[in-house]
Amino acid sequence: MDYEPVIGLEVHAQLLTDTKIFCGCSTKFGEEPNSNTCPICIGLPGVLPVLNRKVVEYAMRMAMATHCRINERNTFARKNYFYPDLPKGYQISQYDHPLAEMGYVDVEINGGKKRIGITRIHMEEDAGKLIHDEEQPLSYVDLNRAGVPLIEIVSEPDMRSPEEGAAYLRRLHEILVYLEICDGNMEEGSFRCDANVSLRPKGREKFGTRAELKNMNSFRNVQRALEYEIVRQRGVLEKGGVVVQETRLWDDYQGITHSMRGKEEAHDYRYFPDPDLVDLSISKAWIEEIATTIPELPMEKRKRFVGEYGIPPYDAGVLTTSRALADFYEKVAELCGNPKIASNWVMGDFLAYLNENKLEVSESPVKPEALADMINLIDNGTISGKIAKEVFEAMWKSGKHPQDIIEKKGLKQMADAGELEKVVDDVLTANPKQIKQYKAGKEQLFGYFVGQTMKATEGKANPQIVNDILKKKLSE
Amino acid sequence: MDITRLTIHELTELLREGATTSIEITESVFKKIEAVEERVNAYITLTKDEAFKMAEKADKDIREGKAGALSGIPVAVKDNMCMKGVKTTCGSHILENFIPPYDATVVRKLKEAGAVITGKTNLDEFAMGSSTETSYFGVTRNPWDLERVPGGSSGGSAAAVASDECIAALGSDTGGSIRQPAAHCGVVGMKPTYGRISRYGLVAFASSLDQIGPITKDVEDCAIMMNGIAGYDANESTSVPEKVSDYRAFVSRDIEGWTVGIPKEYFIEGIDPEVLSSVNNAIKTMEALGAECREISLPHTEYCVAIYYIIAPSEASSNLARYDGVRYGFRQKGEEDLLDMYKTTRSSGFGAEVKRRIMIGTYALSSGYYDAYYKKASQVRMLLRNDFDEAFRTCDIILTPTTPTPAFTIGEKMDDPLQMYLSDIFTLSTNLAGVPGIVVPCGYTEGGLPIAVQFMASHFEEGKLIQAASAFEKNAGFARRRPEL
Amino acid sequence: MKISKEEVGHVAHLARLNFSEEEKETYTSQLNEILMYMDILNKIDTSDVAPMTHAISLTNALRDDVKRKSLGTDRALANAPEEAGDFFKVPRVID
Repeated sequence: MDYEPVIGLEVHAQLLTDTKIFCGCSTKFGEEPNSNTCPICIGLPGVLPVLNRKVVEYAMRMAMATHCRINERNTFARKNYFYPDLPKGYQISQYDHPLAEMGYVDVEINGGKKRIGITRIHMEEDAGKLIHDEEQPLSYVDLNRAGVPLIEIVSEPDMRSPEEGAAYLRRLHEILVYLEICDGNMEEGSFRCDANVSLRPKGREKFGTRAELKNMNSFRNVQRALEYEIVRQRGVLEKGGVVVQETRLWDDYQGITHSMRGKEEAHDYRYFPDPDLVDLSISKAWIEEIATTIPELPMEKRKRFVGEYGIPPYDAGVLTTSRALADFYEKVAELCGNPKIASNWVMGDFLAYLNENKLEVSESPVKPEALADMINLIDNGTISGKIAKEVFEAMWKSGKHPQDIIEKKGLKQMADAGELEKVVDDVLTANPKQIKQYKAGKEQLFGYFVGQTMKATEGKANPQIVNDILKKKLSE
Repeated sequence: MDITRLTIHELTELLREGATTSIEITESVFKKIEAVEERVNAYITLTKDEAFKMAEKADKDIREGKAGALSGIPVAVKDNMCMKGVKTTCGSHILENFIPPYDATVVRKLKEAGAVITGKTNLDEFAMGSSTETSYFGVTRNPWDLERVPGGSSGGSAAAVASDECIAALGSDTGGSIRQPAAHCGVVGMKPTYGRISRYGLVAFASSLDQIGPITKDVEDCAIMMNGIAGYDANESTSVPEKVSDYRAFVSRDIEGWTVGIPKEYFIEGIDPEVLSSVNNAIKTMEALGAECREISLPHTEYCVAIYYIIAPSEASSNLARYDGVRYGFRQKGEEDLLDMYKTTRSSGFGAEVKRRIMIGTYALSSGYYDAYYKKASQVRMLLRNDFDEAFRTCDIILTPTTPTPAFTIGEKMDDPLQMYLSDIFTLSTNLAGVPGIVVPCGYTEGGLPIAVQFMASHFEEGKLIQAASAFEKNAGFARRRPEL
Repeated sequence: MKISKEEVGHVAHLARLNFSEEEKETYTSQLNEILMYMDILNKIDTSDVAPMTHAISLTNALRDDVKRKSLGTDRALANAPEEAGDFFKVPRVID
């Protein structure tokens, strides 16, 4: 039988606020254990939560960027369960009246477009971290992460392949990072994904029983886990078995998912409205205010780059991988008036140097103005494209303006025909044998003469003019 | 003269005149504590050293003309409010050694107003009870009759005020926990409007019902304490950003022409005849003061106990989940498995009544029962609140008995939780509706046990309560009686 | 019967409490008595009534995203029953 996978994803994204969702402790990652804590996030007796306004505003940005309906009335609920990383014995989350519902994102898959529904987006607090002792039956609790703001983005079960799942995930990631509300770091856990997967016979409408997959910490692992799980479930079904509804953990090392059965009891979270937090009411005016903070999103930007700058879709894709890179490119293109060359330089040398030095766009020693000036210098013949590479390297190392480098290093192109004629004459005089061979029909020697001329000028001769002079002289 | 018998306003006057010092008052109070505490057991922790430091500072402030509203006045704090560096136990084994690193907002306010904090008073474990018998630190006894309970859960605070082991005290009231013990101990107690006094630093029992309030020797002291502790607090989301009146300005105003509602549902069978006749006399006093007393109906009154004993335990079951032996408090040592550690810690750390309420609450919120219990109770709670809104359209205040009986004997209701719950029947509604209530002595039984009348007002009308209670107090004449200890 | 002894056992587990058989019996009978009393609420039709989850209606209690002083590791751990280095120490979850 032919089976079709049905996939839904739940993404948890940490928001880039300075402080936690319900207290004024820092959200900074990697600090001394339990140092970013206070009576509130440790859950000492008597403390009360107060909601961070920025958390709401960041969550609203994501809701708008994913075309969700933002609910006017928001409430917070307690999700009750015991675990040492959960200080209060409950997690403050949203249940009945979440921030936003009924949105979507479009993803590109195999050259086509597919719309993936978003069921809901809600705000909640993160738990702390547990570190297990490798020898003794002990665990250690660090509560620095407890209370860091999260949004949970729940998709509709709209994806039909691991590739679609991965494409959806990349799209969400890209939007979150573009909105500057999440750093997207999967290894540090700023962007986490759980997946629901089931199989159904092709053509049947009813969903099969699903498994929930956890513990995938990269895009690749999400795709691998989905692929593995689909094969596993197909195997079960083909042998006439039934898929059990359960949580399965992805084991990156073995490349398999395994059941958590037995380790996890049936949960009864006893959700109820948190009496310590009042309703959140989101007005139209507030929504409009936040709308003005939403930048152009990558997909729209790509489309515009192709149309406005006439660059290929592939280039537009590379240039829009981050908002900072896209902004950098646009500035260069605008200043130099040559979007195509600008794209070559930004995608080529600029990105290569950034990656090599592991720098962010904002940390680059070469600023857009300087790169645009350099491109202008190529355009007006001051330097050749080849010399420009040397100039760029010098700009990167010194942070200096291209003009200064060219002058200091004497890299300016020789374009004076009279001057170049003298050089060509010298070259020809020094190579009588080759002239004879050339004139006898060995025309490929033309390149040799060009090379010798360039060498004599340390590469600074304008190749076009050299060509012209040589052609004229050799045909004399 | 025994200066511990005096009120805040009397002592403030003496301090202002230079006739006494805070050190002198504080010494007298601690002498009184030494004399009677063994019999009453009002305190869990005494903060004598801190108190004398505060008294010294208060005397200096008074001399320099920088006195606050409570400068130099010995005040006791119920042991479910956090005080930095001082053990806060909630009357529970599970918090036996917990030392908070922060002050509750009310404690900070007391300090800022110049009060001298004498110690942390006894209470039913986690404020769950009506008798102060469920404390891990022993029973508090009623100063009027040591065989009887002082009421609860703020029994320690009420008994301390009644026996002059402090001049005033803070209690907390979730279903009557200030008013019922104040009534049983013959002192004044007020539960303000929900959101009027910050809960920040009050160890939560039932978050949508808990409210801190004063227990004092008379109504004017109640107003002075309210002036010191009421007001908006940005640390609490449910704190109300509304202007606070000068409550003392309401003392000694008349109530001529007021409408006083007498809800017929509060005059039920089973009410003690002496209580009933005292409350009826109180109605007559109000009429004599020029108020019109008329019968009204609060039709959902009979559901109060059921609503309360679903909502309060539900919230409590969640609020008490944090006592897991991980970050603070008692932990049962020696367990090698986390689940076992949780269970043995909580089972031996909590007392029977607390566990009973955690069980009720967990059940009421659990899958399949939420709608029938928690949600249903929350809906009827709305109807109950509507009753009050309706009543206050025509009434200035409502007058009721505070308790169906005077203080009962120690142990009497310990084995029958439902009977114990029913003793709160007249005080639960104000917490459920969020409105303020005050209780004032309105008589004594033949055996000499205090009886109190309760006044309720609409949201944020504490001023009206002060006004009515103070007018009543002046005319009823029960204010200054003290037990012989 | 509203609640059986087995259910009492399940609820106790959810609440992370341990009871002896005898305690379970007592709690079962007390809880039944209390829950029966709660039946009084079923006398009222509440189908059109919104639940009241807060004692007063307030909205939008928000704070600015401004840092406040943290306790720091030592003070955070000051009340811990058991600690190890900078961490709270707990027994491990045994599978």
